[in-house]
Amino acid sequence: MVPIEHYLVLSAVLFFIGVLGVFVRRNAIVIFMCIELMLNSANLAFIAFARHLDSMDGQIFVFFVMTVAAAEAAVGLGIIIALYRNRETVNVDDINLMKW
Amino acid sequence: MEAILFYGLAAIMVVSSLMVILRKNPVHSALFLVLTFLCLAVLYLLLNAQFIAAIQVIVYAGAIMVLFIFVIMLLNLESEVASKSSHGLQKFWAMAISIVLAISFVSIMTVRVFTGGKGDFSPEAVNAAGNSEVIGRLLFTEFLLPFEITSVLLLAAIIGAIVLAKKKL
Repeated sequence: MVPIEHYLVLSAVLFFIGVLGVFVRRNAIVIFMCIELMLNSANLAFIAFARHLDSMDGQIFVFFVMTVAAAEAAVGLGIIIALYRNRETVNVDDINLMKW
Repeated sequence: MEAILFYGLAAIMVVSSLMVILRKNPVHSALFLVLTFLCLAVLYLLLNAQFIAAIQVIVYAGAIMVLFIFVIMLLNLESEVASKSSHGLQKFWAMAISIVLAISFVSIMTVRVFTGGKGDFSPEAVNAAGNSEVIGRLLFTEFLLPFEITSVLLLAAIIGAIVLAKKKL
C-alpha cells in the first residue's frame, strides 16, 4: 500500500510542471494543455484522499471537475480558433490587446 | 506489486509531463499529455476508482485530447514552431517561483499527517456493491443538485462554442 503522501507529492509535482508550462510557453494551445495538466493533478489528489478516507465524495468531485474541464476545453478551443481567425496567430505575446 | 506500479507510473508521468512543456511541436506536447492521462487512469485503478479511470480514458484521453489535436491540425502551426521568442528573465523567474512553490507544497503535504474520520465507503464495501453503482446512487441522491447544475453548464458550453465558431464574431 503506497502512502497517501506519495500520491500528494506526485500531484504537487504535476501541478507545478503545469504552472511552469503556463509561465514559459508562448503557444496558447500548449498553455491550455498545461491547464488541463493542473486540473488532472487536482483530480489525483481528490482520488487519493477519497481512497485514504474511505469516502466517495472525492470521486464524485472528480466527475464534476471532468465535466467542467470538458466544457472549458470546448469553449477555450473555440476562443483560440476565433483568435487565430482574427489575428493569424496563437502566440500569446502577439495577443496583448487587453494588457495595460 | 502496487508500489512498483505506482513508482514506475509516477516516473513516466513526471517525464512525459515535462516533455509536454519542453517539446517545441504542439503535436508532440499533446501526445505526451495523452500518455500522462493514460498513466493517471492506471493510478485511479490502483486507488480503487474504476469508474473514474474509465471516464479518464474515454473523456480525457479520448474526447478532450482529440479536440486539442484536431485544433492543432486545423490551425497548421508550423510557423509558430520555428519562431520561438526568448524571454530569459521571465523564464528564470517562472522557474524560480515554480520550484519554490513546489517545494513548499511538497513539504506541507509530507509533514502533515492526514487523519480524519473514515467514511462509509471502504474498498470492500464499494467493490461489493460495484463502483459505478455506488457513484450513480450518490449522484442521483446526495449530489442531485450539482448534477443538474452540471447539465446547465454543459448547455452553456455548447451555446458558447457555437457562438464563438460563428463567422462574424
